[in-house]
Amino acid sequence: MSEVHAQTVAYVRDTMIPQEAPPPTEAGAIKWLRENLFSSWLNAILTVVSLYVIYWVVSHVAGWMLFGIWDAGSLSECREVRDATYGEGASVACWAVLTDRWDQLMFGFYPSELYWRPVLALVLFLVAIAPVLYDSLPRKMLWFTAASPFVLFFLLWGGTIWGPLAVAAGFAIGWAVLRFATPVIGDLGGIVAAFVVPILYWFFAVGPIAGALGNAIPIGIEFVPSDDFGGFMLAFVIGIAGIILSLPLGILLALGRQSDLFIINKFSVIFIEVIRGVPLIVWLFTASLLLNYFLPPGTNFDLMLRVIIMVTLFSAAYLAEVVRGGLAALPRGQYEGADSLGLDYWQSMRLIILPQALKISIPGIVSTFIGLFKDTTLVVFIGLLDPIGLSNAIRATTDWNGIYWELFIFIGLCFFVCCYAMSQYSQWLERKLRTDHR
Amino acid sequence: MATITDPPSEGFRLSQLIYDTRYRSLTIQVVASIFIMLGIAFLFMNVVTNLQALGKDFDFGFLGNRAGYDINQRLIEYSNNSTHGRAAMVGILNTLLVAFLGCIVATVLGIFAGVMRLSKNWLVAKLMAVYVEGFRNIPLLLWILVIFAVMTESAPQPRDFRGEDASASMILFDSVAVTNRGIFVPAPIWGPNSGILVAVFLLSLVAIWAFRRYAHKRQEETGEILPVFWISLGLFFVPSILAYFVLGQPVSLRYPELAGFNFEGGIQLRNSLIALWFALSLYTGAFIAEIVRAGILAISKGQTEAAYALGLRPNRTMSLVILPQALRVIIPPLISQYLNLTKNSSLAIAVGYMDVRSTLGGITINQTGRELEGMLLLGCFYLATSLIISGAMNVYNNSVKLKER
Repeated sequence: MSEVHAQTVAYVRDTMIPQEAPPPTEAGAIKWLRENLFSSWLNAILTVVSLYVIYWVVSHVAGWMLFGIWDAGSLSECREVRDATYGEGASVACWAVLTDRWDQLMFGFYPSELYWRPVLALVLFLVAIAPVLYDSLPRKMLWFTAASPFVLFFLLWGGTIWGPLAVAAGFAIGWAVLRFATPVIGDLGGIVAAFVVPILYWFFAVGPIAGALGNAIPIGIEFVPSDDFGGFMLAFVIGIAGIILSLPLGILLALGRQSDLFIINKFSVIFIEVIRGVPLIVWLFTASLLLNYFLPPGTNFDLMLRVIIMVTLFSAAYLAEVVRGGLAALPRGQYEGADSLGLDYWQSMRLIILPQALKISIPGIVSTFIGLFKDTTLVVFIGLLDPIGLSNAIRATTDWNGIYWELFIFIGLCFFVCCYAMSQYSQWLERKLRTDHR
Repeated sequence: MATITDPPSEGFRLSQLIYDTRYRSLTIQVVASIFIMLGIAFLFMNVVTNLQALGKDFDFGFLGNRAGYDINQRLIEYSNNSTHGRAAMVGILNTLLVAFLGCIVATVLGIFAGVMRLSKNWLVAKLMAVYVEGFRNIPLLLWILVIFAVMTESAPQPRDFRGEDASASMILFDSVAVTNRGIFVPAPIWGPNSGILVAVFLLSLVAIWAFRRYAHKRQEETGEILPVFWISLGLFFVPSILAYFVLGQPVSLRYPELAGFNFEGGIQLRNSLIALWFALSLYTGAFIAEIVRAGILAISKGQTEAAYALGLRPNRTMSLVILPQALRVIIPPLISQYLNLTKNSSLAIAVGYMDVRSTLGGITINQTGRELEGMLLLGCFYLATSLIISGAMNVYNNSVKLKER
């Protein structure tokens, strides 16, 4: 062929032409703009509309936020500063409310000389949770994680040190029973005893023991009642306690719902559906109005504890449905494989089924946790002073009467940071645990 | 050689109840049911003793008593002489109203944001991501309060509309007034013969449905495609408009007018309703956007490519191949979002919207002191709503389930 052409074509190039840069419309920023913003008429219009929206928002908000006043003692003082600096009636934010009421927004009415305790508790919590979140950290740290609930409780509420210690001793007793009584009374008896003995101990022995030790050797720090908790500290305490308690309960409920045992199955179904069918706010009102009806006459316990219990039950029911989805998504062969290895129910769940099912349900679990943390704001309706409750209280004072946006923006930003961090962590975890080879 | 070995025919021993898997489940269930019953009996006995100690009884008779409080927004006739039962009914209708309005707007917003977030336009996709993440990560309660504050603090007062040099003006051809007391929209006045107009409109809807069925059947049989969209559009508008003029314009609008210190004559959408409605819609819309996005992404690219290979155009690919499959993924979580929206409407308490929690679960309880009965009824209402909706969802799920062998 080429020989034919050699005679018919007047000119044949015999050297390569030097490589040239791509045309300007096909490279760099222009190419990116053409492809991503102006690929068609519709896209161009959309881009222009979006640009206008962004311009409108920025032009209205940016100056207001950036030129905000940070140093004033009240809204009227803030306005005086504004008039002096920017002229009469300029529209600028008054961030001074945050600096003025920072302690209150963070700690509520916690005694100010004891602020180091919640701060230390937060640091210790981060240390305790780190080995759970990142498995590259030394496993020895998990011992501190196990002890941390008692340490955190002691730091936040204070009081005598013997209460948390006596409760923690219950776990040691349970372990000791399991370790030393099992050879004597057999496996099943050992397990039952390991549950029953600590429960009896917690019900009947903890109070007297802690009381006696507290009288004999009074070690402790100042007691702070739950009524003084408020602000983001309250949201964190309720949220974190709810998250940690609801996960195991939710998994148990999901297993119950998948169970072949009729009674357990039906009980789980009814529990989950009833809890999920009714809004959290109704449950919170139930906790604050009705709980006394269901308890023996004369018992009365902390409103905050009731809220934590209600929030835990509520999010456990949602978690149960998420985990059930994960359990149902596992191929049948995994269950059968576990059975054929001769594992019993709990072994197969612990070693084979749950690790996979929980991995599948990570996104759902974390979004339930995010929902729980956001729902902590609802406690304002039963009289606890969460950030939103405090913003109402701050607005009710004469100093800051009429201030809205600054507080809302600050509270919203704090929640956004926490929730967004949680969702980013879950995406990271998902990527890390992904085992399919794509 | 196959031999059937009989199980050893020893007698039943008590230890089999624990160690034999055939009987162990029975033991566990008996023990569990004993514990559950003991727990229920414990709670029940406590309620009985506590009620006795307080001198109360368990009686729903209070629902027939005079309520004695006013409800500022009502869909059915109600005055403070009506009964508590009637007040609860008004509350239930208000809950359903805001849930219904919220579901519609949330769906529209959610589909829009979900599709836009998949757009090839970088800027639009990022804007929608900001919207979705912003609303998903900030508590709903805060959004309700923010929108309520925008309405009450930033909207003009009715008196700003007064005079020649008014600082505020009505929008949409002087028909809608946005004030800090709520949004005033025109109210329809149903004149004589308006029933016929409504009937014509409903008939035209039936006609559209029938025509679509016919067109579908005809396409199945002959392969001929009728211009369904344009004929439907015509059927939707033409008969109603014709009837409207033939009957002599039976329905007219009454525009809100400034009278005294407030607007009169239109329908007042109170700030509480607006704030709750918009906040619920925006919040749930963000969740629906993610559901829609996930649904579209769940359809593998091969489906689109196969449809193109068959020669289908992009819009028909979307409507005939992608959407029917995506809807199977989208609908169940969508309905559970509707349920969430309905339950979240109980946050009406933040802005004083008179939903069922505020009437039955709020003022009625405070006035009669019937916490137990009131909360029970309230819980049953929400429970019944969600069970009915999730029951309907199960029926739907079964009908669209992939028929596998």
